[in-house]
Amino acid sequence: MGKQLQSIFVELIRRASSDLPADIEAALRKARRQEIAGSPARSAIDMVLRNVELARETSAPLCQDTGTNLWYVRYPSGTDELRLREAIVEATREATHKAYLRPNAVDSITNQNSGDNVGILAPVVHFEQWEKKDIRADLLLKGGGSENVSIQFSLPHRPLSAGRDLHGVRKVVLDGIWQAQGKGCAPGIIGVGIGGDRMTSFQVAKEQLFRLLDDRNPDLQLRALEKRLFEEANLLTIGPMGFGGKTTVLGVKIGHAHRLPACYFVSIAYGCWAVRRASVVIKKGAGPRYGQVPLLAEPYLKR
Amino acid sequence: MVRRIELPVSAEAVRNLKIGEEIEIYGRVITARDMGHKYLVENDAKWIEPYLNGGMIYHCGPVMVNRKGAWRAISAGPTTSIREEPYQAKVITKYGVRGVIGKGGMGADTLAACRRHGCVYLHAIGGAAVAIASTIVDIEDVFMLDEFGMPEAFWVMRVEGFKTVVTMDAHGTSLHDQVTGKSRTALSRLLAKS
Repeated sequence: MGKQLQSIFVELIRRASSDLPADIEAALRKARRQEIAGSPARSAIDMVLRNVELARETSAPLCQDTGTNLWYVRYPSGTDELRLREAIVEATREATHKAYLRPNAVDSITNQNSGDNVGILAPVVHFEQWEKKDIRADLLLKGGGSENVSIQFSLPHRPLSAGRDLHGVRKVVLDGIWQAQGKGCAPGIIGVGIGGDRMTSFQVAKEQLFRLLDDRNPDLQLRALEKRLFEEANLLTIGPMGFGGKTTVLGVKIGHAHRLPACYFVSIAYGCWAVRRASVVIKKGAGPRYGQVPLLAEPYLKR
Repeated sequence: MVRRIELPVSAEAVRNLKIGEEIEIYGRVITARDMGHKYLVENDAKWIEPYLNGGMIYHCGPVMVNRKGAWRAISAGPTTSIREEPYQAKVITKYGVRGVIGKGGMGADTLAACRRHGCVYLHAIGGAAVAIASTIVDIEDVFMLDEFGMPEAFWVMRVEGFKTVVTMDAHGTSLHDQVTGKSRTALSRLLAKS
């Protein structure tokens, strides 16, 4: 079972790394139509779309920065979690050997690359037991360029006159997207986390990147803010790659957590256009079922 | 109209390029990123001079495979260039670089060095790593692979038709400065609304 799990996870990594989710590709095709023919913005999206097809055909990493590998694994009672972790770690090594992943784990003190993507807190794996009988794994690959432009604000934020309410959230999110310019490989997918402590706030923000671009936030206020921020961010004229243009973001997704009375954090997890996610459900006695629809996002929103 | 640039290239040819122009590169480029730039500034790397004089640096940490002793790039898009800002002007000056290829643009020091020495910044398409790898026809050599690891090593690549956009030219003009300015105005307008 260990070897079998390992090969299921290797396949999950291959899919995440080389197969851009359908909703993101559809959003890019829509964005392409909005950009002026012959502009650098339109050419950039054309090249991105050609790249998406090439990567899918050849199982090559669609971006060479295969990013932080962020796993969420849910399992039924009675599952051996240590064995699951071991299968993920071994799958990571194997996937690196097969060039589905670039060797991307660097020792922060010695600057030595571990060569196999395994190291301290690498890969990042969150385990959670659930009521269902299946094992489910969701994987997100997020590159370093987009990580570098992610940002956290503490409200009230005086320079923007941003207070502790959704008006304040709107202001700092717009400013965060502006600060990123094209550096995080625009058009970006923006995950926002409101509340929590500094760490949890970023976690909530990052988890939003598991959501489908065309899903609907069950919270009506947040749904309205997501829509408004999506439209307003695209008026910033930063455009694909920061070349100027109409497409600065492909989506804005907002989640929240309870906060301390003293703290009001707004975290922005900037996702590049190539947010890579993939999922697998493993049923006892049946083969693995792969998909790009993150079942994870919904329950996480509500917890 | 897409312009074709063959490497090595002269300062005069580079001075003809304008921001917003699409360029296809033909010839030999060498990758260098964070560890590479620090190394190039702190050391007198004579060995790299033939690659850099009249040549171009590519900010890239590729995914490479080695089959029967031969390297091949399978995924090789640009990495964010601004991290090299503390080093780039010195590297351009010291080694006679004519072009820097990357993504996200660079700052005032690099722009000034481009103007002084006849160099341009070329923006590749971030994330289009497999499409770019398909234009890398040969890996001629690699340096510092054991010391720096695969992403940070110096890879000598021959490219044919590598598509980029000039975003910083040799006359002190930066598309990034223009877009930043214009978007700042748009941001102010949005922030003024309730």
